Amino acid sequence: MTDPQERRLLTPEEYRAAQDSPEFVELKKRFRSFAFPMTVAFLVWYLLYVLLSTYASDFMSTQVFGNVNVGLLFGLGQFVTTFVITHLYVAHANKRTDPIADEMRDRLEAHDYAPGAPAGDTRTQGATRA
Amino acid sequence: MPDLLAADATIGNPAINISIFGAFVVITLAITFRASRNNKSAADYYAAGRTITGQQNGLAIAGDYLSAASFLGIAGAIAIYGYDGFLYSIGFLVAWLVALLLVAELMRNTARFTMADVLAFRMRQGPVRTAAAISTLAVSLFYLLAQMAGAGGLVALLLGVSGPVAEALVVTVVGALMIFYVLVGGMRGTTWVQIIKASLLIAGALVMTLWVLADYGFNLSALLGGAADRAGTTGVLNPGAQYGVSDTTRLDFISLALALVFGTAGLPHVLMRFYTVPTAKAARTSVVWAIWLIGIFYLFSLIIGYGAGAMVGAETIVAAPGGVNAAAPLLAFELGGTVLLGIIAGVAFATILAVVAGLTITASASFAHDVYASVIKKGDVPANGEVKVARITAVVIGAVSIGLGILALRAGLNIAFLVALAFAVAASANLPTILYTLFWKKFTTQGALWSIYGGLIICIGLILFSPVVSGAETSMFPGVDFAWFPLRNPGLVSIPASFLLGWLGTVLTKEKPNEAKWAELEVRALTGIGAEKAVQH
Repeated sequence: MTDPQERRLLTPEEYRAAQDSPEFVELKKRFRSFAFPMTVAFLVWYLLYVLLSTYASDFMSTQVFGNVNVGLLFGLGQFVTTFVITHLYVAHANKRTDPIADEMRDRLEAHDYAPGAPAGDTRTQGATRA
Repeated sequence: MPDLLAADATIGNPAINISIFGAFVVITLAITFRASRNNKSAADYYAAGRTITGQQNGLAIAGDYLSAASFLGIAGAIAIYGYDGFLYSIGFLVAWLVALLLVAELMRNTARFTMADVLAFRMRQGPVRTAAAISTLAVSLFYLLAQMAGAGGLVALLLGVSGPVAEALVVTVVGALMIFYVLVGGMRGTTWVQIIKASLLIAGALVMTLWVLADYGFNLSALLGGAADRAGTTGVLNPGAQYGVSDTTRLDFISLALALVFGTAGLPHVLMRFYTVPTAKAARTSVVWAIWLIGIFYLFSLIIGYGAGAMVGAETIVAAPGGVNAAAPLLAFELGGTVLLGIIAGVAFATILAVVAGLTITASASFAHDVYASVIKKGDVPANGEVKVARITAVVIGAVSIGLGILALRAGLNIAFLVALAFAVAASANLPTILYTLFWKKFTTQGALWSIYGGLIICIGLILFSPVVSGAETSMFPGVDFAWFPLRNPGLVSIPASFLLGWLGTVLTKEKPNEAKWAELEVRALTGIGAEKAVQH
């Protein structure tokens, strides 16, 4: 079995230091400030749709054009919002979280967060690798 | 039942159906053999060496997720109940956002092979791994049973054979093929079976959708009008035909909706697919592909369902062997005669085969990796011992599910119900624990055990005392009545209960959360450091 060496190489102290670093706090904030509200939003919209379909079927049966009614449009709306949220999340991850995550990963691999590393180095990437 | 045989002979040609299915089996077996040449390590067997691309994995996830219950069941429900069938598919789709936003990438970054890898990460290994493995096996078994029973049930409709012996034979053949794919191909072979199946399924559905739309001048309103005319009521266009009957059915639907939306991201065979890609970014790509493919497929189902309602008619569908599940095949016959029916029938079989293979490998990995290697042997296993145990487990699970599948078929267990049950267990036992593990610093071993076992026991307990098991005409045991829980789906109670128990178990223990492991989990989950890499050959 291939048990990667790198996991052993990182000490608990390094993980703690990385977790406490300002860049990680920022990464976590960016991740959660998108994922959590968005989850609440799509769950509320989905539950609203389910409740309307079960308890307000007269409203959902209102015809909008031809044989297409409010219920069908709301249902198709669920598809649209799912696709849109998917797109927004990918854009957010690419722009806002991936750059920090990639940089931190490189620095962790270089043991930038090790206790022995000079204090200033945890903030400026490149100094230890140059 | 000679009547069914006669009825079947008029709607299709079993020889064509069997030969298309046979072609699928031959092609996928060839690919499985090719794929197996690279199977050496545990990472190869469980996770396809983590060399599947995001795009391929997205297709494979769609292949895993779009089971026969989705394909035949949803189209059939729309054909008969109209709008309420459509409601079902929306829950299945929206659920993927939970996986995308909260679960997929973080799980990929922190675990190696199974769901328990993450759940036990910062807890006491033995108890939490065992609990996670039990819940994985429970979900997989219910799901597996549904597929096996579905395979037998399809036979009457598609191959023109019926009767207990023939159905049992088909279940056995499906089971044997499944064991073979898993033993020989491991995750790599299984993945390719799923990719091929998803492509065929989506292509088949696309052809039918365009065909139906062309018949109605690509006018959705005209198609809906056709369905309403054929049904003799505009009721099929409005919500309520199935779930709006009484207050209980309404609550029941809300309960089902919760189980669907929280269940998907807790299905172990779906989670395991995230470990087959090389990076978290690829895991993200695979969910994005899966969401698009699954979403588009359900839009096709809407057209196919109303198309079947309009062009075949609900009475004909209900009267056909296979009942509701017959809608899509009957529409295929109506549109393209024996050849299209044969293709759709072959795809339906392929669908079942691909899904059961994915389930078997998940269940066997969970037993071998979590129970055998980690709990029984405490990590002290020889190089290939774990994979050997996984292979043996796959054979045992295959044999058990063949036996139970035949029994489920004989007992006439409803397939959609078994699938909904699997989702309810996943939503109750797995998802709350996963979310707490990933996002709540204070979560402890006791909290994890309470939410897993509590969710599992409450979920299954409520089902035992629901009208599904006793007290109604459609029950498993209609003769007796020990039902006191009115809902057919327990999600409304069991999901909040599991969240509550996880919290309660955590605040009621003196045990301190392991802060070092929490730091490691959080840093690994968000940055991807230390994540398993692709295997080089």
